[in-house]
Formats: sequence, C-alpha cells, structure tokens
Amino acid sequence: MSEAIQVHPEYNYKVIRQFAVMTVVWGIVGMLVGVFIAAQLYWPALNFDTPWLTFSRLRPLHTNAVIFAFGGCALFATSLYVVQRTCHVRLFSDKLASFTFWGWQLVIVLAAITLPMGITSSKEYAELEWPIDILLTIVWLSYIINFFGTMIIRKVSHIYVANWFFGAFMLTVAVLHIANSMVIPVSLTKSYSLYSGAVDAMIQWWYGHNAVGFFLTAGFLGMMYYFVPKQAGRPVFSYRLSVVHFWALISLYIWAGPHHLHYTALPDWTQSLGMAMSIILFVPSWGGMINGIMTLSGAWHKLRTDPILRFLVVSLSFYGMSTFEGPMMAIKTVNALSHYTDWTVGHVHSGALGWVAMVSIGAIYHLIPVLFERQKMYSLKLVNVHFWLATIGVVLYIVAMWISGVLQGLMWSAINADGTLTYSFVESLEASMPFYLVRFIGGVFVVLGMLIMAYNCYRTIKGDSLQEPAFEEAKTA
Amino acid sequence: MDYATSGSIYTVVVFVSFIGIVWWAFSNKSKANFDEAEKLIFDDEPEHNKRESKVDE
Repeated sequence: MSEAIQVHPEYNYKVIRQFAVMTVVWGIVGMLVGVFIAAQLYWPALNFDTPWLTFSRLRPLHTNAVIFAFGGCALFATSLYVVQRTCHVRLFSDKLASFTFWGWQLVIVLAAITLPMGITSSKEYAELEWPIDILLTIVWLSYIINFFGTMIIRKVSHIYVANWFFGAFMLTVAVLHIANSMVIPVSLTKSYSLYSGAVDAMIQWWYGHNAVGFFLTAGFLGMMYYFVPKQAGRPVFSYRLSVVHFWALISLYIWAGPHHLHYTALPDWTQSLGMAMSIILFVPSWGGMINGIMTLSGAWHKLRTDPILRFLVVSLSFYGMSTFEGPMMAIKTVNALSHYTDWTVGHVHSGALGWVAMVSIGAIYHLIPVLFERQKMYSLKLVNVHFWLATIGVVLYIVAMWISGVLQGLMWSAINADGTLTYSFVESLEASMPFYLVRFIGGVFVVLGMLIMAYNCYRTIKGDSLQEPAFEEAKTA
Repeated sequence: MDYATSGSIYTVVVFVSFIGIVWWAFSNKSKANFDEAEKLIFDDEPEHNKRESKVDE
C-alpha cells in the first residue's frame, strides 16, 4: 500500500477523524432502520401497533439517516480532508470545523427525535421542520466558509478537480435547501409551505432531484476524483475529461426534476423538458464513470490484491448502471410503467447502496489508517468479506425490486375487455411479497458488512494489525 | 421579451459556453496546467517531495 505511516501535523485531522468514525456509526444506524422497515413490509405485525414504530414515521428516519447522517458525514470527512491535502494547507478555521461537526450531529439527533414523533413537513428528503432547517442552514454555511476559506488560502496555484465538485455540491445544496424550506410557521413544530399546488410540487422535486444530483452525485464524484486515483496510485485517466464532466454535469442536473412528476398536474411541456434533460444527463454521467474506471487501465491487477480499490471501482459500475437506468426511467412511456412501483425503490438503492455507500466505504477504508497513523487496516481480509457482503446484498435488493416493480406496473395497468381493472391492489401486493423477503435478506447482508467494517475500524484505531499471508504476499509480488 | 425568445437566447448562450469550455479544456495551453493539477494528490507525500517545483508558477 502506498500509504505508509505519515504524519501531517500541518493538517487538521481531528475533525476528519470525528466525521469518519461517525460515518460508520450512522451508516449502521440508518441501514438498520432500513432493514427494520423492510421487515415490516413483509411482517406487518412488526409495527407493534405503536405510532412511532410505524413504517410511515420510520421511513423518513431511514432516508434522512442514510442520506444526511451517513452520506453527509462521509462527505464532510472526505471534502475537508481532500481540500487540505490538495491545497497543501490546514483548514481555514479549526473552530468552525468543530462547530460544523457538533452542529451536524445535533441536527441528526433532532431528526431522530422529531421524525418518529410524527413532526414532519411531509416534503420527501426535506421532512425536518423549520427550526431544524434553520439550524441546518447555519451549520451548512459554516462548512461552506471553511471549505472555500481553505481554498482561498491554498499554497498551490491549481484547484484540484475534486474540489470543484465538492464546491458545486455545497453551494447548490445551500440554494436548494433554503428555497425548498421556505415556509410559514404556525407553531414550533408545524409550518406550511410558502408555495402552493403544482408550483409546490415543482419546487419540491427541483429540490428532490438535485439532492440526488448534487448531494448524492457531485459530492461523491469529488470523492471519486481523489480516492480512486490515490488508492490506485496513478493520476486520473483524463483530467480534460474531468473538467468537461464537471461543467456538463452541473449545468444539466438542475433541469431533471420534473421527471418525478410525469402525468401529474405539472404542465405537459415541463414534463417533456424534464424528460429530455434527464436523457441528456446520461452523457456526462457516463463520461465521469468511464474516467474513473479507466484510471485503472494498465493497473487492473491491483483489483486482485486491493479490496479497497474493489469497493471504489465497483461503486463506479453501480453508478454507471443507475445513470443508465435513471434516464431510461425518465422517458414518459417507461415511466408510465415504472412510476410508483418498487422499480423506483430498486433504482434508488442501486444508486444509494451501490454507488454512494460503496464509494464512501472505500474512501473511509482508505482514510482510517491515514488519519490514525496506522500502516494499514487491521484486516484486509475482512475488508474483502465486507466487499462481497455489500455486493451480494445490493444485487439481491435491486433484482428483487426490479422484478417486483415491473410486476406491479403490469398488474396495475392490466385492463379487462369491459374496461375494468384486472387486478385489485391487494393482488399485486401479494405478488410482491416474496420479493420483499429477498429485499430484506439483501439488506441484512449490507448491514452485516457494515458491522464487520465497524469492528475492523475499531481494531485499526486501537492499533492492532492482523498478519494475513494472502493479501501480503500478493502485495509484495 | 417573451419566454420563447429568452429561452432561445439562453439555449444558444449555454451551447456556445459549453463549446467554449470543451475548446479550452482540449487546448494545448490547458494541457500543461492539467498535467500539474492532476499530480496534486500525490504532491504532499513525504517520500515524493516534489512540492518545490509545484508551489506557484
């Protein structure tokens, strides 16, 4: 491994360590909630007739925990690390960094309390009520100031491309969050959107899809552009392509939102525009994916010996898959079949578990030994076990949801000769049940992998190192 | 100006800017800069110590 023990006293690693450890912790919490609600869909009795244990209240807890707690901590850790390492300078402000960390943890804890209580604005991925939204805005601004402040005081002339992606991600998320959270409060825990009707829906999905595009894509692409070349020990395949990738991606993503509102009250031309822009989005997405994977060209043998690199490269394969699937599902005729079915759920998880989680996990495995000044992870074999658990889990999950989704779409649209529906809703639900069990099993695989990761990280931080002949031999060869 | 006109102008502006970005990214002048930039991730390793040649141009 190219990362020998390095001491970088000039950098602020404290906040990176905090965020890196919390990434693992929140990952386990968020995914456990996900597995629990997946179990509820198969065994409905698991809500125990308790309001705060119902699917409707735990589902937003799951999405917020995995996106903002797990994904968010991974983004904070990697962006604040990468900006220091590529600008060759310590963070602009240590105090702001601490504020960002503790502020973000407070937001997460408040979310974990209010969402099960049923306090929600009912906007998907933006469920938090207005006082938490304001806190979140302040924390986010502290992060932006620190990140851009660090770039301003940099000691090198260039701004590495990963920082462009991170910068675009945090600025856009600020704009999205503030615009979509515009509400009229009626009490501390209740507010109404400033927008009404179709405009409210359009603003919500402009936010919603760009949460995908900027929070879950641009930010993690920044991660990809640092950790893939770094772990592979060679520069990115084409820096030129990365620049074109950046500008194409950020100028196109912002238009894709209306595909969430096909065949609704949204004006037809807006739906068609959203569909067209979503299809075009395929091009920069695959440009970036190819750029990442081709970084390994001539060094494919490293995949045999480096399970961390496996995580990073397979995450890009899932990214390629879901950014092919997404534009296809945005086509109105395909959407007529797929919308409101489990296919959408499968698509989201192919992106979230396959791309976002795997690239984060790879980055964290790279970071933990560096941050805690260890030679390597406690056990690379366990990293490899985690890799296979995660891969098998994701594949089980998305295949089950594809089949279930297409089945639902076909059953819901089946019509008898006299124009009546062939199937009742409950019939389609019965048909989906076996796939809900498979989804649950896939989720268990993913969580098991995360628990192994937590153990591996714990032992690494403690200073232990396992002697492993298999991976060691291959490395010296 | 109606939406159709402003929309058309905007489309042309974005298209021209994008061609400009591609032109710039693939120009020979950028090549040298990009070659330096892509090495940034390895530059602060102690064993490499290539930093003196990289700090400002």
